[in-house]
Amino acid sequence: MTRLRASKQRLPTTLNAALAVLPVSLLIACAGSGSKHPAPAAAAPPILHREEVQWLERATFGLDSATLAEYRRLGRKGYLDRQLDGHDDPLPPPIATLIGGLGASRADPMRMLADVNAQNKSINAMPNGPDKEQARKAFNDGGNKLANEAIRRELLHALYSPSQLKEQMVWFWLNHFSVYQNKANLRWLIGDYAERAIRPHAFGHFRDLVLATLEHPAMLQYLDNAQNAVGYVNENYARELMELHTLGVNAGYTQQDVQQLALVLTGVGINAGNPPRLKPEWQKLYRRDGAFEFNPARHDFGEKTLLGRTVGGRGYAEVENAVALIVRQPACARFISGQLANYFVADNPPPQLVARMAQMFQRTDGDIAAVMRTMLLAPEFDASLGGKFKDPMRFVMSAVRFAYDGRFITNTRPLVNWLNGLGEAPFGHPTPDGYPLTELAWASSGQMSRRFEIARLIGSGNAGLFDPEDGAAAVGGGFPQLSNRLYFETVEPYLAVATREALDRATSPQEWNTFLLSSPDFNFE
Amino acid sequence: MNRRHLLRLGGAALLSAGVSGRLFAAPPNGPRFLLVFLRGGYDSTNLLVPYSSSYYYEARPNIAIARPDAASNTGALALDADWALAPAVRDTIGAMYVKRQVAFIPFAGTDDLSRSHFETQDSIELGQPTSATRNYRSGFLGRLADTLQGSAAGMSPISFTDALPLAFEGTSTVPNLSLKNVGKPVFDERQAHILSDMYAGHHLEPAVRDGLDLRQDVAKEIAEVMRAANRSAINTKGFELEAERMGLLMRDKYRIGFIDVGGWDTHVGQGSAQGNLAGNLASLGRGLQMFSQSLGAEWNNTVVVVLSEFGRTFRENGNRGTDHGHGTVYWVLGGAVNGGIIAGEQRLVSRSTLFQDRDFPVLNDYRAVLGGLYRSMWGLSNDQCAQIFPQFTPIDLRLV
Repeated sequence: MTRLRASKQRLPTTLNAALAVLPVSLLIACAGSGSKHPAPAAAAPPILHREEVQWLERATFGLDSATLAEYRRLGRKGYLDRQLDGHDDPLPPPIATLIGGLGASRADPMRMLADVNAQNKSINAMPNGPDKEQARKAFNDGGNKLANEAIRRELLHALYSPSQLKEQMVWFWLNHFSVYQNKANLRWLIGDYAERAIRPHAFGHFRDLVLATLEHPAMLQYLDNAQNAVGYVNENYARELMELHTLGVNAGYTQQDVQQLALVLTGVGINAGNPPRLKPEWQKLYRRDGAFEFNPARHDFGEKTLLGRTVGGRGYAEVENAVALIVRQPACARFISGQLANYFVADNPPPQLVARMAQMFQRTDGDIAAVMRTMLLAPEFDASLGGKFKDPMRFVMSAVRFAYDGRFITNTRPLVNWLNGLGEAPFGHPTPDGYPLTELAWASSGQMSRRFEIARLIGSGNAGLFDPEDGAAAVGGGFPQLSNRLYFETVEPYLAVATREALDRATSPQEWNTFLLSSPDFNFE
Repeated sequence: MNRRHLLRLGGAALLSAGVSGRLFAAPPNGPRFLLVFLRGGYDSTNLLVPYSSSYYYEARPNIAIARPDAASNTGALALDADWALAPAVRDTIGAMYVKRQVAFIPFAGTDDLSRSHFETQDSIELGQPTSATRNYRSGFLGRLADTLQGSAAGMSPISFTDALPLAFEGTSTVPNLSLKNVGKPVFDERQAHILSDMYAGHHLEPAVRDGLDLRQDVAKEIAEVMRAANRSAINTKGFELEAERMGLLMRDKYRIGFIDVGGWDTHVGQGSAQGNLAGNLASLGRGLQMFSQSLGAEWNNTVVVVLSEFGRTFRENGNRGTDHGHGTVYWVLGGAVNGGIIAGEQRLVSRSTLFQDRDFPVLNDYRAVLGGLYRSMWGLSNDQCAQIFPQFTPIDLRLV
């Protein structure tokens, strides 16, 4: 694999020196955009080493000044400790306010589904005609609005939470336990799925994460387990639970195991209404948590063998035991470690690194934070820096964080459009495998030209990122200042020669931005 | 002229052009191949209906397709004494079958038994021996393109998808572009050059260059053709529109194409003569008909294969759907194929002939079937076939 050609230029050691070598064309370009140049600080901190910059880029959704300052203050290990210690740094107040207004989209699934059912019932009872169509449309618009709000919440978190590593994990797990908003009633459920099933467990124990997704109505609808019942077995979720969520496809389980696990999972489903009437012996086995239900009347009580073992327990205890058995398999530790390394380290991560992560996973009973620490402090991680192609989510997030450093956008719709255009729409992957994590899947010829087109859209600055989302009057503005202080501190010193030449050939600030965002320097980290 | 002869002649002319090198640099009538991958494992049993099997009607009490009725021209279309075609594609694929432009190969598939979508799609696209260690950088269409590149000019491959499929992984970069939406090119030539130059010497250089070139070319091509034909594409949409554009590009420029179509994983409520699956099949049928029309005379030089990673369970599941199965039905289409037949090795459909008492067995391996088609289309040697599908002997189903 060809590596980027590093600039042969002498590295300026301070920001002031960096500004001193600013090309004339760029100064013109910046002046042309009508923007103020950041005034160089009197005592600028020393330029970070390239490896430090790249490490921080990889551990975040891209750099902004606040992140950089925190890293400088704490150092790598201190920064990592703080990212992994389980606390959530507060969001910047304007973002907290924005997110606070999105509460409806994370309402409890019980309420959501009761509402959906009631609406459906009243619409179905209407006579056919324009009124019914209108009601149906209003119903769908309501669902779309909630889904958009859920996406907005996740994107604002990803852009502005100081807990950047956690935000990446939230994205990673949402993708690992991928659900698709356009199936069944998922538009009403994804907000709660992200906030209650995924986010609290992002750095927790893997088993809890699996159970949280297993019990969530979004997953139960998406992979059809809500319909899995004794005599009406549906093995869709059982298969993906082992293949995609825990063990990986070549882990040695068989078709027989899939069928047995499907039987274990019979009766695990959804109920947004009253509890069912059950015989006394079943009543004590009934489980309910919001819209999640384990209904013994729908469960197959036969004996089951999974992965060579009899599944112990009765009723829902069987499900918990089966999950515990599955996540304790060495194959699970290997698979999850491999996926993490795929996303954070390299398309073909060093096997010895994955092995150490898997050991840590097993030793700690699936402690995700411990596995992440092993990975992020490994020499193999350092060795991989600069070689990972950004997937569309990282590309778009890092571009916005960088371009509007510290200035908070208010409208996330353009981001969603860009992600759609690049093929990585949030909650938009129809199949349960989630989006691919490797360059192979994102850097084909068609995708590269598409990425340059999106780079142009981002770089041209009339995307409406600062307009209100409710359709009120546009405020416009917001030309992306890519040639900012952060650029001179972290990008410019290390630019490849070819990129520098391209930037020099730009004839407008828009073009300059487009080239920088399209460059190998910006697209690899 | 014999239809079979016509298609083969196209291949022979192309190969000799490669040898002489100059005379027929890119003869317009060279063979073309399009692979249509139905991702999700389509329920082939409700496409090609084994209507003579009483067990089919027992196993699918809610979703079976009714037996063909000679008096009806909207129900299933009887293809022979055992098989009928789903009503959803009666007017499109059925009409082509009557014209002998379509053949079906039941009991087709792979020896990959994972019943996993993703695993099986990957292994089919790679086309390597199933038990061997996988090389994810080498797909069978990539190897086909490489093999033909060596013998003739103008074999350009293209993938009509947003991402490059594994099938096209290989030594050279294959361009890809989805034709769902084709707008004006965004960059002028100067800008495109600058963007390319940034990647000079980088491992993504070929992808960057191809991507920028193709984007400009395709926009131009589609615009010109539409203008020349004095019509706009207002009447077609969705997959039909995409297929029409694919046909135009394969008529004029490209010889090996790939497209994938999703939405076939029908675990719940798949419907019967109408419904979910029927709607998807109908759209696919209309698209393929449109593809054949937009190729014009070149349809006679074109072979389309429609395949999917696996079939589905023979019995319906508890939710009026079907779960992951094994053997499936491949379609082979083309203006000059020996269609109008059910091809390949077959079994009587009954409970006792099911594989693992669950689904259709695989009697026709995709590597042998496709290898056989390629051998006939391009007159490939055994060595060349072995490069494309190592360790598989092509079978000649006499379709081309």
